[in-house]
Amino acid sequence: MSLKRPAKNQPENFKFNSSSLEEANNVISKYPKGKQQSAVMALLYIAQRQNDNWIPLAAMKYIAKFLNMPYIKVYEVATFYSMYNLSPVGKYFIQVCTTTPCMIRGANKLVEACKEKISPNESELSSDKSCSWMEVECLGACVNAPMMQINDHYYEDLDKEKTLEILDKILNGETPRPGSYRGRVNNEPENNRKTLLDVKNA
Amino acid sequence: MLKDQDRIFKNLYNDLGSDVTSSQKRGDWVNTKELTDKGRDWIINEIKDSQLRGRGGAGFPTGLKWSFAPKEIGSRPHYLVINGDESEPGTCKDRDILRFEPHKLIEGCLIASYAIQAHVCYIYIRGEYFLDGQKLQAAIDEAYEKKLIGKNAAGTGWDLDIYIHYGAGAYICGEETALLESLEGKKGQPRLKPPFPALIGLYGCPTIINNVETIAVVPTILRRGGKWFASLGREKNTGTKIFCISGNVNNPCNVEEEMNIPLKELIEVHAGGVIGGWDNLQAVIPGGSSMPLIPKEKCETLTMDFDSLVAEKSGLGTAGVVVINKDQDIIKCMARIARFYKHESCGQCTPCREGSGWMWRMLERMARGEASRDEVEMLGDVTKQIEGHTICAFGEGSSWPVQGLLRHFKDEIKKRNKFDPIVKENKNIPYLVDQHLMDKNA
Repeated sequence: MSLKRPAKNQPENFKFNSSSLEEANNVISKYPKGKQQSAVMALLYIAQRQNDNWIPLAAMKYIAKFLNMPYIKVYEVATFYSMYNLSPVGKYFIQVCTTTPCMIRGANKLVEACKEKISPNESELSSDKSCSWMEVECLGACVNAPMMQINDHYYEDLDKEKTLEILDKILNGETPRPGSYRGRVNNEPENNRKTLLDVKNA
Repeated sequence: MLKDQDRIFKNLYNDLGSDVTSSQKRGDWVNTKELTDKGRDWIINEIKDSQLRGRGGAGFPTGLKWSFAPKEIGSRPHYLVINGDESEPGTCKDRDILRFEPHKLIEGCLIASYAIQAHVCYIYIRGEYFLDGQKLQAAIDEAYEKKLIGKNAAGTGWDLDIYIHYGAGAYICGEETALLESLEGKKGQPRLKPPFPALIGLYGCPTIINNVETIAVVPTILRRGGKWFASLGREKNTGTKIFCISGNVNNPCNVEEEMNIPLKELIEVHAGGVIGGWDNLQAVIPGGSSMPLIPKEKCETLTMDFDSLVAEKSGLGTAGVVVINKDQDIIKCMARIARFYKHESCGQCTPCREGSGWMWRMLERMARGEASRDEVEMLGDVTKQIEGHTICAFGEGSSWPVQGLLRHFKDEIKKRNKFDPIVKENKNIPYLVDQHLMDKNA
């Protein structure tokens, strides 16, 4: 369960812009008639993307009206799932996986790097308000441990130095290259591949 | 080692490209119509013959599950739901299928939907895999364009629509009924079973829920025959499986291998051995974090399949092998797993909501050597009070790893936590668990 609290400073109003509106109607059409409540998770994402990576309470009220469901049900969903940010997280939201498979490969070094570069505490905006970091549970890239996620992208096979490099780029407003930082291809065993060699060499 | 021609996922490392043309070159979508023309009963029987067991963790026979769907469509439509909410620590196999072998999954969806008579299929993908989901969406769009799904999908005469639904970072949504709640736009809290989803599932309609890997292997099984699949591995534990080997190994990787492969071969051959050599091995978590760990002595001869791991009081689960070497503090590793479960408990059942936090806090103290001697037994007692007292299997999932630690590393914990209980023989302790233990001693 997520332990996030809604931000203190809330905007008064929220409305989908035209592209969000189109996307939202598109999502609702995926579900049977009368079951539009199913779209609430997707709509919260759309609101989050439109509103600089976080969901204000006004957006939940708007979505509740949009889907014709009680506000409290939207609030329940938004507070239950951990990927909905209820307070500003900055343009770049850094999530460091520290669950056991990453931990035993040195995820704490990544956390140190974040503490040095971004902010001493997690879920706290950096001094220029552009980013924040957070420890999260397993992100499902365990064979590429340790790893972190920045917005939608995965950064894999990291160590402290490479994390510092990535964070420097982010603080300069650049988007670093996602993927493995040890130069390996996807999930194959590095320099030790024993299977499917014909296809590799084909 | 499994021969390359018997591997189902030829594009596991994306050497060949994941688009529809290269997938067709690998044999996907070649004779889908021929397969469905043989009829529903043939498909289900062939899957039963193959002895395919669900790849999502529980290992339920897939053919049997499909046969639970009502034979005729009644007043309510049928649904197929694919579980791609892969969040078990140590597991990252479905991600590779979503991004590199999407057409195997889509074709599997068509065949499975035909077999259980569903016209709509939802694929539930965890929110963090947004980009991998986009790749799958691109493949779905391709398939619509080539008329492989949609009206009269692939010429089979069956209409099928496939939609992706993104989760939002809740481990519990990997539990099938929680996944359905989430699909309906609610909090992901599991439902009581029965009724089982096969009769009352999504929107109260008959629903079959399968893991991504289970569905993706179905087309190949039907093409090459259930007998071929059953010839790999051993009785009741047949076929191939994607193993994810992570942790303290030289080359962590995903690899498709035969069931019943020796654990030592997986680690030494594919993953390049344990860091610091085999003798530096401390323990292995064989099937994702919720399966009890196995100490080194047993790893020598252990084979990886459902039944042989159950015999070792563990389980194959999702086949996410986490290797822990002697440089790691085993109590700390398990404390971190306990923290994961404390974070991910949905909060519906009290034993799990409260107990997962207790286990975490006790283990953290034990890792620091700040626990008293009697707390070791108390921890075991807490796990027993969670296990079997919750709506879903999450209760077992959170207590099993702790039980595994207590089973194999109790001496280590006792060595570190020596001091006497703070409160001795005082019957007025307000906490339930303490009193419970006192009664036993009295």
